[in-house]
Amino acid sequence: MFQNLSERLQSIFADLTGRGRLSEADVDTAMREIRLALLEADVNFKVVKSFVERVRQRTVGAEVSKSLTPGQTVVRIVLEELTSLLGETESRLILTSRIPGIVMLVGLQGSGKTTAAAKLANHLRKQGKRPILIACDIYRPAAIDQLESLGRELDIPVFRGEGTDVEAIAKAGVKEAIASMRDLAIVDTAGRLHVDEKMMDEAARVKAALKPDQVLMVVDAMTGQDAVTAAAAFSERVDFDGVIMSKLDGDARGGAALSIREVTGKPIVFAGVGERLDALEPFHPDRMAKRILGMGDVVTLIEKATEAADADLTEEMEERLRKAEFTFDDFLLQLTHLKKMGGIGDMLKMLPGAGHFKDLDAAEIDERQLDRVAAIIRSMTAEERANPKLLNGSRRERIARGAGVTVFDVNQLVKQFNQARKLMKQLQSGGPGKKKRGGFGMPGGMRLPS
Amino acid sequence: MATPWYRRISEGLAKSRGRLEGQLNVLVGRGPDLDVAFWEDLEDVLVGADIGVAAVTDIVERLRDTASRKALPDAESVIEHLAEEIASEFPTDVSDPLAVSPVVILVVGVNGTGKTTTIGKLAKEAVDAGRSVLLGSADTFRAAAIEQLDIIAERASVPVISRERGADPAAVTFDTVVAANERRPDLTLIDTAGRLHTSADLMKELQKVQRVAKRETLAPVMTLLVMDATTGQNGLAQARKFDAALKLDGIVLTKLDGTAKGGIAVAIVRELGLPVVRVGIGEGIDDLKPFVAEEFARALIGRG
Ligand SMILES: Nc1nc2c(ncn2[C@@H]2O[C@H](COP(=O)(O)OP(=O)(O)OP(=O)(O)O)[C@@H](O)[C@H]2O)c(=O)[nH]1
Ligand SMILES: Nc1nc2c(ncn2[C@@H]2O[C@H](COP(=O)(O)OP(=O)(O)OP(=O)(O)O)[C@@H](O)[C@H]2O)c(=O)[nH]1
Ligand SMILES: [Mg+2]
Ligand SMILES: [Mg+2]
Repeated sequence: MFQNLSERLQSIFADLTGRGRLSEADVDTAMREIRLALLEADVNFKVVKSFVERVRQRTVGAEVSKSLTPGQTVVRIVLEELTSLLGETESRLILTSRIPGIVMLVGLQGSGKTTAAAKLANHLRKQGKRPILIACDIYRPAAIDQLESLGRELDIPVFRGEGTDVEAIAKAGVKEAIASMRDLAIVDTAGRLHVDEKMMDEAARVKAALKPDQVLMVVDAMTGQDAVTAAAAFSERVDFDGVIMSKLDGDARGGAALSIREVTGKPIVFAGVGERLDALEPFHPDRMAKRILGMGDVVTLIEKATEAADADLTEEMEERLRKAEFTFDDFLLQLTHLKKMGGIGDMLKMLPGAGHFKDLDAAEIDERQLDRVAAIIRSMTAEERANPKLLNGSRRERIARGAGVTVFDVNQLVKQFNQARKLMKQLQSGGPGKKKRGGFGMPGGMRLPS
Repeated sequence: MATPWYRRISEGLAKSRGRLEGQLNVLVGRGPDLDVAFWEDLEDVLVGADIGVAAVTDIVERLRDTASRKALPDAESVIEHLAEEIASEFPTDVSDPLAVSPVVILVVGVNGTGKTTTIGKLAKEAVDAGRSVLLGSADTFRAAAIEQLDIIAERASVPVISRERGADPAAVTFDTVVAANERRPDLTLIDTAGRLHTSADLMKELQKVQRVAKRETLAPVMTLLVMDATTGQNGLAQARKFDAALKLDGIVLTKLDGTAKGGIAVAIVRELGLPVVRVGIGEGIDDLKPFVAEEFARALIGRG
């Protein structure tokens, strides 16, 4: 439907070749696009407003860095703001040393609480805990059966209480945890609407009775604008500690994560990424930021280009790069940066339109291979490095011996090197002929045929 | 369950109404000037109801047009018109797939939207209307899905066909439809496992279920997508994918008893023309209502 934000911003700024500061008019146009992208991702419109205002303030007058286009610069600012809003670092589940530790799950109907309870038990057991699941949903048909069934699957005990006093059931569950020497109790509760006074009161009472180490709200990644209303109400009534965002295995952009974070200040601690009981991951704010912006790995590319920008290239080297005359020496120099940035294959794959390059797989280089490549190049003579055409069979044999690899490896590298050269040529002629910065595998200002 | 549906919906609405009306009243209170800020705020209200930017931009543009053409005097009359505009997005000439007899209804949707609960409600509605019902338990995947439907079937006093967990959902569908051919219920409802529209394998599985149902029955097979009213813009992707795979006959919009307005249904009907056939307004077996476009549109803008 919509192009991704990165592409849209690129095209807005396509005519802007000059480096310098972004003008207010440029920024206005960019902010409109950002607003759209965020709304499209289900970030609440009020949250969007304050967010865009913050980004605008940072962007007006922002210096466009050497290695990035103006569009990329704006994307970077947006991304930084978004990531810091979502939480600078990965949040972790904090349990006190009390035994048993108690985690209570709350949330709207069908958000994924019961599944998350089982996933969490499974996850924490892997970290050495001995969990028990406590079934406190006495309302939904077969809710307890569901939890029991999941517990059986995991071979983790499930406590099912008697009667209709949820508070009493929860307390009995914790007693059972102690009696059966369990050091972690995970409490599944019924789904409830934030406007349901009686049910919200029940949740608050269970919390007061158990004093859990952590109360987590489970939120469906597909939730729309109303996420703020629900989260604010749950925050007020049960004052949860963190969020599990479920169903992130789909294609929902998950803007609710941002809304909830902004409105409640609570961190998102886990991501549910499937129905299976091992489909629980720590939440990565940076990845989520990209996802919300709908730009996937293009952003990673920009980040990497940014990182690499400090590694200044010499003018001559740039010149050689442009003419696709770069040598094994240049290649070696770039390996250092490449190691920081991941393999060339990965880099290329991140680019929109990368499918055009048939030899992409052959160009894939993994981390350990980079060391080997470095060893091969170091075994070449200065002449050979400058002029790869010299590399005949016997030279290759010698190099292989010197580097402790097979001739096949050397051949492989030479082939990749030639491909990379060819690729550079294609890349360089792909754009509108503007000056490119950034070296091999550092497509800072690189444009691809689309 | 104890509270009748109209109490529930009006309680739910009262709360959301306060909020939205507040927003709209600010608009109205600004007096007769329909300035740029008015239209922008109006857009916000609609975006806040999950209608989606694209549809909202379009609707507001049309409304501005109407406002100047008809020389609408003030914000109040613009907002009155807005409800009509939104309501008119929904098709008026749709026949109720649930009123056909006999009919086999396949209930599909992403995880946790309320499929199984809705089946109970639809069964109860039919039974109350004196029709006979048969259920098929083709969610053989989720833990205790079969048990859940069993309990629901008992509450609605209708029979249910099932197999063990892990069985092929197409096989359960086959059993159900064959049983329906014998017993000739007016309404056969088949529950399916929740699945994300992005899972190609699971969508294929669903196509197979639908194929088997269509092949084995003489009755028409209709497919309903159950959508949670709290769903944001992803709802459009869901509807697109499910419709592309199964050719949907309609939508059931659940959980309208909360504060979410279900505005994504507007985006969906605009693009796919799919009618909303029922709305869910609670967890109880009676918490189901026919969809009335005007009512929905008014609730959407806080004028319910
Ligand atoms: N695809 C996917 N499905 C999930 C995920 N988490 C839960 N589900 C599914 O979502 C549906 C609802 O999950 P439950 O765990 O029953 O949700 P709940 O919040 O306990 O529901 P109630 O108790 O009725 O409020 C089930 O079909 C789950 O399999 C997830 O991360 N990804
Ligand atoms: N408030 C409210 N809750 C609802 C409504 N419809 C369903 N629910 C609740 O939503 C939760 C999920 O309902 P289910 O019927 O199990 O959903 P499902 O789509 O069958 O779920 P899966 O089979 O796991 O994909 C349950 O807690 C239901 O009670 C509704 O209209 N309003
Ligand atoms: Mg549950
Ligand atoms: Mg179900």
